[in-house]
Amino acid sequence: MTYTSDEMMAVAAARALSGRQRVFVGIGLPSTAANLARRTHAPDLVLVYESGTLGSKPDRLPASIGDGILAETADAVISVPEVFNYWLQPGRIDVGFLGAAQLDRFGNINTTVIGGDYHHPKVRLPGAGGAPEIAASCREVYVVVRQTSRSFVERVDFVTSFGHGTGKGDRERLGLRGAGPTLVITDLGVFRPDPDTSELVLTDLHEGVALDDVRAATGWDVKVAPELGRTPPPTAEELSALRALKEASK
Amino acid sequence: MAEIGTLADAVGELIADGDVVALEGFTHLIPTAAGHEIIRQGRRDLTLVRMTPDIVYDQLIGAGCARKLVFSWGGNPGVGSLHRFRDAVQNSWPVPLEIEEHSHAGMANRYVAGASGLPFAVLRGYVGTDLPSVTATIKPITCPFTGEELTAVPALNPDVTVIHAQRADRDGNVQLWGLLGVQKEAVLAARRSLVTVEEVVDELTPVPGAIVLPSWAVTKVAEVPGGAHPSYAQGYSERDNAYYAAWDPISRDREEFANWLREVREEVPA
Repeated sequence: MTYTSDEMMAVAAARALSGRQRVFVGIGLPSTAANLARRTHAPDLVLVYESGTLGSKPDRLPASIGDGILAETADAVISVPEVFNYWLQPGRIDVGFLGAAQLDRFGNINTTVIGGDYHHPKVRLPGAGGAPEIAASCREVYVVVRQTSRSFVERVDFVTSFGHGTGKGDRERLGLRGAGPTLVITDLGVFRPDPDTSELVLTDLHEGVALDDVRAATGWDVKVAPELGRTPPPTAEELSALRALKEASK
Repeated sequence: MAEIGTLADAVGELIADGDVVALEGFTHLIPTAAGHEIIRQGRRDLTLVRMTPDIVYDQLIGAGCARKLVFSWGGNPGVGSLHRFRDAVQNSWPVPLEIEEHSHAGMANRYVAGASGLPFAVLRGYVGTDLPSVTATIKPITCPFTGEELTAVPALNPDVTVIHAQRADRDGNVQLWGLLGVQKEAVLAARRSLVTVEEVVDELTPVPGAIVLPSWAVTKVAEVPGGAHPSYAQGYSERDNAYYAAWDPISRDREEFANWLREVREEVPA
């Protein structure tokens, strides 16, 4: 079966989730991947949405964070203060699954402004939403983002959500409890922070992608893991589950 | 006791130029009709507060009703950007828009503090981000018991909070269910409140997961069926996803938006 690079990204991101993990799910790419995982190899995932749903089990992709299907299929529906204060803040969530407009070498995320200064930006983005505290309080954070040299930058224009700051030890110094971004999945490959420096390093290339494609789409001199892996292409089962989810949401 | 009346009267009596106004609703139960009435009545210099300003705030900003926005995520959910909001921030059109930007956790806690009669809330938030450097209402605070460094945000106490709910009884007790967002906190934090409802009924029969705002905690109730459109009211209507997509080209273009604005201003109030 042929597939797009977006489909490869969704499948690779879905494969990163497993078992009964409790996942705080951002809308868009993360929600697509989390729902695909639940419909394929990880039916017991607990999906938490910031609109106040614990254990949502939608049979199509939600159109927004407040799609009624998230509430109708949830184990519990709670208020927004409760989702942040009682469920996220104390560390009850395993994985924060986030998107990004801009991501940097140390996994810091920008969804606020691009270019210019804060008060006179070139592009005003939607802003933080729940992401700063999701990135701080979840046990670990996975980021799923389409990679270009404009979105993958040396240093984000604005730190909306803290990744690894300027390197190893920054999170500990700030007293952040979660491990921060441990996995970044793009349409080209997979990155993980270097254990010694926390700099994002390319650890896997998706099938059909060349190393030069990644270099061209990375805004810094990207380091490559000594044993570079290859992401297996999507299986027929994964692709049909993904397409069924998308079709059902039309 | 909440007074039951028309939307136009309620907006006229409760909301004045320069007020701090919160129209809350976390993608469900968004009080859109009330926002349109604020536009029709030509309110100016409002400080608009909302966690997730979406289409109705794009409309209020484009209509020139606001001088400031306090928020945590401003976008067209599932579609993209709010172009009237962007035009105001990037080009001061039609009027300059000051912004006070938070995270969801911060905004939710600010409403909780406001509802609780406290001056501020404490959370583990914002640490390491650039938000405290651009937002004056985010400050570090030391726990007096453990010495731990935490974050404080001031209470939000809007002059008026407006929400939409499924129903009210004839005494003005309000019942809502489904995704409840931060509406209860936003109403209790406000000096005055307006609730638009799908219907006024004789009796509020129990519904799983529903909450009730007692009549004495609400200022005014107005019956506005479909008042959340293009958002929805669980049990009454479905989210109009096509409208959110259709808003994008209107919002992108000042002239298209002006046409939309003319139509809304000519509508007979609900």
